[in-house]
Amino acid sequence: MEIDINKIQVYSSSELDKAEAETIEALRMRSQQSIPDPDEWLAQELKGNVLLTTVDFFLNWARRSSLWTMLCFPACCAMEFMSATASRFDLSRFGMEILRASPRQADLMITAGTLTWKMAPQIKRIYDQMAEPKWVIAMGACAITGGTFAQSYSVVPGYNHLIPVDVYVPGCPPRPEALIHAIQMLQDKIAKRKNL
Amino acid sequence: MTLTLSGEEIGAKLEEKFPGSIVESGKDSFLVRSEFLLPVANYLKDTPGLDFDFLSYITAVDYYEYFEVVYRLTSLEHNHSLVMKARCYGRDNLSLPSVVSLWRGANFQEREIYDLMGISFDGHPNMRRIFLWDSFEGHPLRRDYL
Repeated sequence: MEIDINKIQVYSSSELDKAEAETIEALRMRSQQSIPDPDEWLAQELKGNVLLTTVDFFLNWARRSSLWTMLCFPACCAMEFMSATASRFDLSRFGMEILRASPRQADLMITAGTLTWKMAPQIKRIYDQMAEPKWVIAMGACAITGGTFAQSYSVVPGYNHLIPVDVYVPGCPPRPEALIHAIQMLQDKIAKRKNL
Repeated sequence: MTLTLSGEEIGAKLEEKFPGSIVESGKDSFLVRSEFLLPVANYLKDTPGLDFDFLSYITAVDYYEYFEVVYRLTSLEHNHSLVMKARCYGRDNLSLPSVVSLWRGANFQEREIYDLMGISFDGHPNMRRIFLWDSFEGHPLRRDYL
């Protein structure tokens, strides 16, 4: 745009001031539009909402952050588990406070208690009904080896005779902190899983 | 406080009513001959003044030579209780009359005794194992089980 030097209002009549005014006015005229950002071409909804990651990491993150637990409480470790889920120890901090009564909605089985052979077919069946991928935490001495009842005539000497176990938590019963630690170990294990 | 009736007194009364039914009686219990178990139990339940309308528990004890089945009877009306015992000798094919027809609470407990001790109860409506599975061999609460 041409600048008509005569239209510029200048209070001073010196040549120097006129030259400065001319320069500033010329720059002001050139600078009416803002310079576009480099991501201007992206659609408005996409802006600031794109993260890049791998499929493995994303799936594992989703799975380990929302472990839903199957109810499998044949004996007294269940009391300690209830304590772990209640407000004092608060399992929901780790995204897995939801206990499912249906195996089709669960992906983690915490085996809290002594298992007898009479109950074993039902536990096996519940495990088989859970959707893949699924994990098992053996909670307490009875779940690991049958505990103090290992030599008994009617007790299963460890859940790993029936179903594969991912994490063993010793104790009779284990403290809620131990159970929470076991869940975190399981989450670490899930994070390393290769899905593809 | 529940009053525990004297086995000697009740035993003498029963011996009078059913001659030959009582083998021995002591301070807090009496031992009844097994063929008299059902009439004696029926009498204890239905006689006014005794009215043993509640069966607290049944249990069984292995004494090697014989098994002793212990019945604790309670009267809710009079708040008194009594222990009745019956024996069966030997180790195989043991049986006693069932008291399910008098006290329905005996149903599961007699099945438990059958399951763990191997005493079968005649007249029971469903004489099967209750804790263990049907193909289990032996009766694990017997002292010679292991």
